Amino acid sequence: MSEMTLEAPAVGVQEYSATAVIATLKERYPEHVSDDGREGYEGIIVHPDKIVEVARDLQSELGYNYLASLTGVDLIEENKLEVVYHTASIQHGGDPLVLKVQVDRDNPVVPSLVPVWPGADFQEREAYDMYGIHFAGHPDLRRILTWEGFHGYPLRKDWREPFYEEDVKPFGSRWPGGEVFRAEERNPYGKNVQYPPGWVPEGSEHEAETEAYGGITYTREQSSGIKTEKITINMGPQHPSTHGVFRMAITVDGETIVGLKPVMGYLHRNHEKIGERNTFIQNIPYTDRLDYISSMSNNHGYVLAVEKLMGQSVPERAEWIRILMVELTRIVNHLWALGFLLNDLGALQTPMLYYYIERELILDLFEATAGSRMMCNYMRFGGVAYDLPDDVRGQPTMKFLHDIIHDRLPRVIEQGDQLMTGNEIVRSRGIGVGYLSPEDAIAYSTAGPVLRASGVPYDIRKANPYSYYPHLKFDVAVRYNGDIYDRFLIRIDEMQQSLRILQQVLPYLKETEGAPINDGKPQYAIRMPRGGEAYGRVENPKGELGYYITAKRRDANPSRYHVRAPSFINLTALEKMSLGHKVADVVAILGSIDIVLGEVDR
Amino acid sequence: MYGLGILKGMAVTLKHFVNSYVDDIFWSSRGGRYYNDEALAVRQSPQGKGVITVFYPEEKLAVPERFRFVPFLVTDDPAPGERWGHDWCTSCGICAKVCPPQCIWIKRGKQPNGRPKPEPEEFYIDIDICMNCGLCAEFCPFDAIKMDHDYELASYNRTTAHIHDKERLSKPISYWREIAPKKAAAEAAARQFVEEAKAKKKDKKGEGEEREARLAEAMARQLVYKGGLY
Ligand code: SF4
Ligand code: SF4
Repeated sequence: MSEMTLEAPAVGVQEYSATAVIATLKERYPEHVSDDGREGYEGIIVHPDKIVEVARDLQSELGYNYLASLTGVDLIEENKLEVVYHTASIQHGGDPLVLKVQVDRDNPVVPSLVPVWPGADFQEREAYDMYGIHFAGHPDLRRILTWEGFHGYPLRKDWREPFYEEDVKPFGSRWPGGEVFRAEERNPYGKNVQYPPGWVPEGSEHEAETEAYGGITYTREQSSGIKTEKITINMGPQHPSTHGVFRMAITVDGETIVGLKPVMGYLHRNHEKIGERNTFIQNIPYTDRLDYISSMSNNHGYVLAVEKLMGQSVPERAEWIRILMVELTRIVNHLWALGFLLNDLGALQTPMLYYYIERELILDLFEATAGSRMMCNYMRFGGVAYDLPDDVRGQPTMKFLHDIIHDRLPRVIEQGDQLMTGNEIVRSRGIGVGYLSPEDAIAYSTAGPVLRASGVPYDIRKANPYSYYPHLKFDVAVRYNGDIYDRFLIRIDEMQQSLRILQQVLPYLKETEGAPINDGKPQYAIRMPRGGEAYGRVENPKGELGYYITAKRRDANPSRYHVRAPSFINLTALEKMSLGHKVADVVAILGSIDIVLGEVDR
Repeated sequence: MYGLGILKGMAVTLKHFVNSYVDDIFWSSRGGRYYNDEALAVRQSPQGKGVITVFYPEEKLAVPERFRFVPFLVTDDPAPGERWGHDWCTSCGICAKVCPPQCIWIKRGKQPNGRPKPEPEEFYIDIDICMNCGLCAEFCPFDAIKMDHDYELASYNRTTAHIHDKERLSKPISYWREIAPKKAAAEAAARQFVEEAKAKKKDKKGEGEEREARLAEAMARQLVYKGGLY
């Protein structure tokens, strides 16, 4: 620690005893609950028969009422598939409690947790899509990221992509005898597709569509007044208001929405499979491409997870630089989100472009520091890649930072407030529309501004602190009405809190000038010193971004790499928020969730 | 009053509208607001006011030293009459191993007796696949591969023009000094540091030599990492 004394951590979190909870569960289900004894693993293994009961107990009385993440793992050596649940406690904060269910790889059936946590809906569909795990009792178990004509379960270890070369990188063909070739020539387009048995490429579209729409259930009795025919309409995937290639199948009664199913995966590239082929360091630039508005904080979550697994420490200056970058990223993201939300509400381009002016300045800093405006690839295990540059746009870096943090950003946030907050159109389109109750917000596993605008003050920077956040003074922004307008306001609040943090970080940056920015030697290939699992979670601007990583000792590649993408999971609540509103409102509701398809589809 | 919020907002846009002309007037006697490097620098800084648009391609933003675009290979400055000098690359393969999308192909040179020669016989980068991450440049121990600043690579042919071979990739070190002067100087200082440490190592033979040399290299790398050197 430097001379400037850091405040003692002032965290309002009372550690909730996971040990006691685990003991209770073991007592209640002695036959079905056991410790996960594998080296480097934590939490409990639950027998599939009792997972629903355990989840219910955790949710209703044991305090772990939030399903943060759900994913599959292929344990091919043991011929098993595993489902990993990370549950967190909204009231008490602290580390998540990890539950695992293991089933036979040839007949993988796990009871669905949708009845307990509706937020498990898309995540279970994803695990089904990627691993073929059948979730019994799931209301609508269909593929979600790949399409209906996709063959196989791509995240299983024995599945191979059309351009398969080797299980893990680096590929032997590149050096020392590198003969250049283009993968698409070896495996030309059209010849690289496999269909599931019995699938006819032509003519099956109709069935698939019916199935997509068929997932929407509604009862006729609900409608009152003039008798109208319910119809299903399609929005997207090429639609200016869907923020990318995203589709919604909407059923309307008259103009009122009675059902909505998001259809996604158009940008799916199997990020996680790529991640498991990559070495640890190769994944850093790939995380930039998840939520490409906030690449700095994507980097942060990933390096945190790997550092946890490695037991790697980070020097002081690097922590301050990380917080600087991550909070600036939050501002960039929220400026962008507000701009687009207002765009969706009909304030075409004007507020967005005003916000962009400031965003450009922050990106100038990113570019001068990391080398790229959006694909920053900046953080490394044990620190950051480079120190801050001497100057940005011809001005000394510290002066530049001072100017934007103390002068420009507060002014533009203020101006945005004047421009839009009191606007009668924004108010009438936003207030009371897209309501999500606090209970639903938790049950649907929403995170970030969506959760906090519904009156749930859960912010991982406070609830499960990481980096130097405990040393900084800031408040968790929270709003209570859970509608579009509150989700709009909360982003302004959060930017103000970020500015507060940034203003506190600047003196530390000045003071640590010249100090090391990386603990340890830069290494192009790291080997995991120990095996095990790690879950790194950060408060991304869009919500909880989590990386679940497992590795074996001495491995250079993760054996499992999962991204808990906030945009993707927040979408689970889209239908809930939209029911009863008009089609035009859906556009605004979607805008108020703030999604990025790079992260939704992965 | 209903509509007051809208009026307030419109006052903001009006202010922006007026401001976009104020700056024009200011620059009118100083060589104009556009197509003027001095004005462009101010327009793009935190002091910029009014319209911030850059009229690309007539106007171009300066890119910072660390800007990264498709990499190039460093060679010595060519002798008069030649196109390239000696390759700095020793064909060690680190860049090819660290490259995340695996878009680097290197054929290591061979000596007449069949043993490997520390020189690449061929070196390819498929720039369609390159994600401009800069890891190759970051980890090359010989400063032999650097990220370029030339981002205007439009071409009419996708399939062949985008595999850059050694000829296309090679650029003299003087080019790197030109586009990234501070970085190049810091790297040169670090290399010198290593050289000196190696020379010292030769003087006093004994155990732990290698370790010392490695330590020296690590220190030199740290120097480059620190802000002071670039
Ligand atoms: S890392 Fe450097 S020296 Fe080694 S092969 Fe690549 S360019 Fe050549
Ligand atoms: S910049 Fe990145 S992707 Fe491109 S060649 Fe270098 S390591 Fe590979």
